[in-house]
Amino acid sequence: MSCALLLLLTSLALAMGTGTAVEIQRPRGVPQSKRQFYEENKPFTCLDGSSTIPFDRVNDDYCDCRDGSDEPGTAACPNGSFHCTNAGFRPAFIPSSRINDGICDCCDTTDEYNSGATCQNTCREMGRKERESLQIMAEITKEGFLLKQQLIHEAKRAQEDKQGKLTELQGSKKGLEGKVEALRTVKETAEDPEKEAKERHLKSWEEQKELIRMEKDKTRMAEAFLELDDDSDGYVSVAELQSHLELDPDSDGSLTETETQVRCLLFLPLKSREDVPPTVQTPEKREDDELSMPPYDTETQSLIDGAYIHLQSLICGPEFIWICRNLEKEIGFDFGPSAEFAYLYSQCYELSTSEYIYRLCPFNRVSQKPKFGGSETNLGLWGQWAGPEENLYSVMKYDHGQGCWQGPNRSTTVKLTCGKETVVTSTSEPSRCEYLMEFTTPAVCQEPASLDEVLHGHTEL
Amino acid sequence: MVQCSQYVLLRWHNTNLNKHVLTLCVCALRRQRALKPGQSPYRALLETLELTNTKLTLQLINDNNKVRLLLELYRLQGNMTRVKINELKPLKPRFEVPDVLINDPPTEPLSLLSRDENGVVLSLGADSQRLIVSAKPFRLDIMEGREVLLSLNSRGLLAFEHLRILEDGMWEETFKSHTDSKPNGPSSISLDFSLPGVENVYGIPEHADSLKLKATDGGDPYRLFNLDVFQYEVFNPMALYGAIPVMLSHSAQRTMGIFWLNAAETWVDISSNTAGKVRPTHTQSTPQTDVRWISESGIIDVFIMLGPTPTDVFSQYASLTGTQAFPPLSALAYHQCRWNYNDQEDVAAVDQGFDDHDIPYDFIWLDIEHTDGKRYFTWDPHKFPQPKDMLQGLLDKRRKMVTIVDPHIKVDSSYKIHNEIRSKGFYVKSKDGGDYEGWCWPGNSGYPDFTNPEMRAWWASMFAYDQYEGSMENMYTWNDMNEPSVFNGPEVTMHKDALHGNWENRDLHNLYGLYVQRATAEGLIERSGGVERPFVLARAFFAGSQRYGAVWTGDNAAEWEHLKISIPMCLSLSLVGVSFCGADVGGFFKSPSTELLVRWYQTGAYQPFFRAHAHLDTPRREPWLFGPENTALIREAVRQRYALLPYWYQLFYHAHHSGQPVMRPLWVEYPQDTATFSMDDQFLLGEDLLVHPVTEEGARGVTAYLPGKGEVWFDVHTFQKHNGAQNLYIPVTISSIPVFQRGGSIIPRKARVRRSSSCMEHDPYTLFVALSPKRFAQGELYIDDGHTFNFDKQKQFIHRRFSFANNALSSSQLEFEFDASMSVLTLRKPGVNAGLDWTVVLQ
Repeated sequence: MSCALLLLLTSLALAMGTGTAVEIQRPRGVPQSKRQFYEENKPFTCLDGSSTIPFDRVNDDYCDCRDGSDEPGTAACPNGSFHCTNAGFRPAFIPSSRINDGICDCCDTTDEYNSGATCQNTCREMGRKERESLQIMAEITKEGFLLKQQLIHEAKRAQEDKQGKLTELQGSKKGLEGKVEALRTVKETAEDPEKEAKERHLKSWEEQKELIRMEKDKTRMAEAFLELDDDSDGYVSVAELQSHLELDPDSDGSLTETETQVRCLLFLPLKSREDVPPTVQTPEKREDDELSMPPYDTETQSLIDGAYIHLQSLICGPEFIWICRNLEKEIGFDFGPSAEFAYLYSQCYELSTSEYIYRLCPFNRVSQKPKFGGSETNLGLWGQWAGPEENLYSVMKYDHGQGCWQGPNRSTTVKLTCGKETVVTSTSEPSRCEYLMEFTTPAVCQEPASLDEVLHGHTEL
Repeated sequence: MVQCSQYVLLRWHNTNLNKHVLTLCVCALRRQRALKPGQSPYRALLETLELTNTKLTLQLINDNNKVRLLLELYRLQGNMTRVKINELKPLKPRFEVPDVLINDPPTEPLSLLSRDENGVVLSLGADSQRLIVSAKPFRLDIMEGREVLLSLNSRGLLAFEHLRILEDGMWEETFKSHTDSKPNGPSSISLDFSLPGVENVYGIPEHADSLKLKATDGGDPYRLFNLDVFQYEVFNPMALYGAIPVMLSHSAQRTMGIFWLNAAETWVDISSNTAGKVRPTHTQSTPQTDVRWISESGIIDVFIMLGPTPTDVFSQYASLTGTQAFPPLSALAYHQCRWNYNDQEDVAAVDQGFDDHDIPYDFIWLDIEHTDGKRYFTWDPHKFPQPKDMLQGLLDKRRKMVTIVDPHIKVDSSYKIHNEIRSKGFYVKSKDGGDYEGWCWPGNSGYPDFTNPEMRAWWASMFAYDQYEGSMENMYTWNDMNEPSVFNGPEVTMHKDALHGNWENRDLHNLYGLYVQRATAEGLIERSGGVERPFVLARAFFAGSQRYGAVWTGDNAAEWEHLKISIPMCLSLSLVGVSFCGADVGGFFKSPSTELLVRWYQTGAYQPFFRAHAHLDTPRREPWLFGPENTALIREAVRQRYALLPYWYQLFYHAHHSGQPVMRPLWVEYPQDTATFSMDDQFLLGEDLLVHPVTEEGARGVTAYLPGKGEVWFDVHTFQKHNGAQNLYIPVTISSIPVFQRGGSIIPRKARVRRSSSCMEHDPYTLFVALSPKRFAQGELYIDDGHTFNFDKQKQFIHRRFSFANNALSSSQLEFEFDASMSVLTLRKPGVNAGLDWTVVLQ
């Protein structure tokens, strides 16, 4: 005693407010599973074993155990927790500091036994609501999961299709190369007469060809234009071009302006509006259809034919490679474990808010456009799947969007939840230039547990 | 047209993206600073001396231009002297600052001790204090015994630019693209003060500088001119958001204060004969500090507070300008702010985040984006469609909200507030008589004339629940930008020739912010029928602003230097009446490292106004976003704050009751300990807690100075005892917040930290009794309802004094535990009533 220097005088009761004595029920706040440790009229040992106290100090509104276990039903211990049975709903633990703080935390009202707060027992109502929403959720999951199976099936077929196409293209490329090689040999042997014939006719042919080309280009450009003019405003902006990632020849995930121009010149419609994979014609056939040289005479015709095919195959070379690459790229995307997300590829989904129209083009980009004029802002390009380890395919990350003043480049996190429909349900900007989008799709629906299991797994009666 | 032949370089930053160093033509300052010490042209005309019961008057003449001044001298109750100098016959009245003094300061009679042709000697009352008026040159000396305490015009720098008849455009000054018409011509004033024996001067906030003021010889003076400064720099005498023209002088013998009551742009030059020099051990000359005040207009009206102790100076200043508003208890708890919480869902999610992570908070704040197009008193209809639902949700958890209401009003004929102000003629006018307009957040904006009492009454009425739609009793107010900020004005503020009634902004610029906060606080009081205490935070302030609420150090940055400077910045404010001060936790601009954020929470938890805030362009930084370890560290810091709220509340009661600061430099309690005089990396809360926050990146240890020879200090976390009068090295980890309780004190805490302070209302107190070496301790406890004026109007409070002496502190059925290793005695459930007399005896 003599060397006591620091004295703690605790629990100095405050006279103001409700002065009624704490009504104590033992053992209040103890879950069924721990009841055995609280034996009435026997000394109580703190659950961490740190000390043993008379039982009348359990729930006496003074903290004796370091682990807070002697006060399961009062707010006395800073690290204690209180168990609400919540009959009709689900049991819960709340921190001790929420006992008698005037706020109803447990739906069975047991946390507010001495605060004067008037709490209503809402457990049955909450239980009912929860069951209802679980039921709805279960139905959605069920239907969603069915849809998902379909998606997986379709994706599989489309994948095979594309793979087949690619193989075919690669095959025909090989054949073509062979042909070109053969023709070149022929051409080389017939070089002199050809040259002569060519010179004779070349001038007039060039003029004519130019005319035809211009005509053809016009038609193609018009098609291309419709394809590219996303906002149907009659103009194709660079942004619109850049939004078409299928035009990206170097597969770096973005189209530079140069690349955009290149595509304008070499344009080949890849897909129809319905997103049916394009029927790719071999260059040979196409060129026959489109740019046949006007008949001249059989002699020169055959001579020129050789050179022409050769020429055209050279012209079409890059296009050809590009188509293959594009297919390879699409096949190479991570569309989920069973390619269930493949149907989202080359689709776009919009959400209109009070100020903006948000647009999510999965595996491509996210953008935002003011409703009342103003240019579109790139909120991020497809980055990667970014869900937690156990659920990787629940979050998509889009980054490297347009830069922010004094800030980072814009980026968007897309949270995917199970739904029957594929819809963007909300967007927000929790932090400057960091967007959050919620998106429902059947593709994330998990195989539903039986409804009974769902409903009964959560309720303690 | 007068052109400045010489420019004075003052650095400031505009709100554009880039910093600019600008050349500012400050003619008045240039002219005044060009004056060199020497023979003053002023002479006292002793034959004009008149002595009445309350004052002495005397004319002064400037022998160079024959212009006469009128000197008034008052002896004020409480050991103060007031010196007032104005032109004897100005062409028109010069501005005298209204509404800052809480009353006409009561005087005491002066008596004439002797008089001859060289001057007069007056008695200043009982303490053998005399005031000597010398005639030629004019000079005042205040003596106590044989000691000169302070001299005025001893360096001959009294200057008074008298008002003159003006020719068109004659006085015009230009600054960048701005023109100051200066219709009254030059009108600056200046006076010097010499403080023999003084080496340390403090105060004159607001500057981001050390607690102990530096000599300004060869550099810029400390500038007092309320400005919205973009990304201010630390250790710089540049003007910031607020101005309190009060300086304290301190030596081991005496503490005094100088209150220069002038609301125009003001500069303070300080020189010291010992500054920057190592003092020789055997020196003949005594140290001396010379101070010079310069203001652009107005009159000289200076209050000399003669101490002699720091406590006396605080009381003296409080008797002039009033004390700290007693805040609602919850305002002393933790505040969560961000520019901006985007919408109601965001607010609900952040609120829930605090509960999910078991971190207490009391207030969530909404910055400008919550309004409908920056029209204050409105809500964005899409983001905040149901503000009352939101406020009710907070109320259900016994929490509160602050919304921002700035003093610039969008010029928009469909905006009710604007239309009313315009139709009532309440806007500040431009020099041409039309409504003054400038750019601010809403675009083109008007500035209500808060100096007009009718305008203030109308403004206050706008806070009524039926006027401010969507407001509720748990919603309080933040006045930002009240310097006022004018984005396209000179130095981002109002043109000096803008008119407030008959007065130019030049005359009262620094007072505008005080009036804004005052009108708002009055509005919050009125809406509750005078029952509830208001809480209003303001960025700009002046002497007397303490009566209306809290202030913060403005737009700081997420840098270690800014964390460090928050201590001297708030200490400087504490010394001149403003106890309710804080800095944005985490730093406003830029994004803090996790370590800096944690350290800032730990520091902020022990500073009076505890609010986290962040710029719009920074990533989110709610306390739980940095991993569970850091969440736990921040939770612990915030919980320490909540546990200590009874002590904070008691300190604020004292600040309100007697003007004693809450946060104190060490020298305030240890006035003779010279080691403490320039210390500003640690501070005291009241007299019993010493806080040395860790403000160094990667710190492994700090050296705290524990003052008081023969005293002991207890580490509040480990209860380890340390002797006073030593530098104590304390190894630290990221969880360390070095705090010590003085042996001999009793500090009340609440050990049950809940999710808001209101939830802890009825919880028991725990007294921490730290015995002095003589086994004695005392302390107190103040309790009231926490939010109304009933403590004052109906005296509904409990204020107990505890003492421990002769082992006496016990009641009969007391149980206790004693841990010999820690020297800690715990009394288990004494079961005593806090409001009654009791004695507990230890046997």
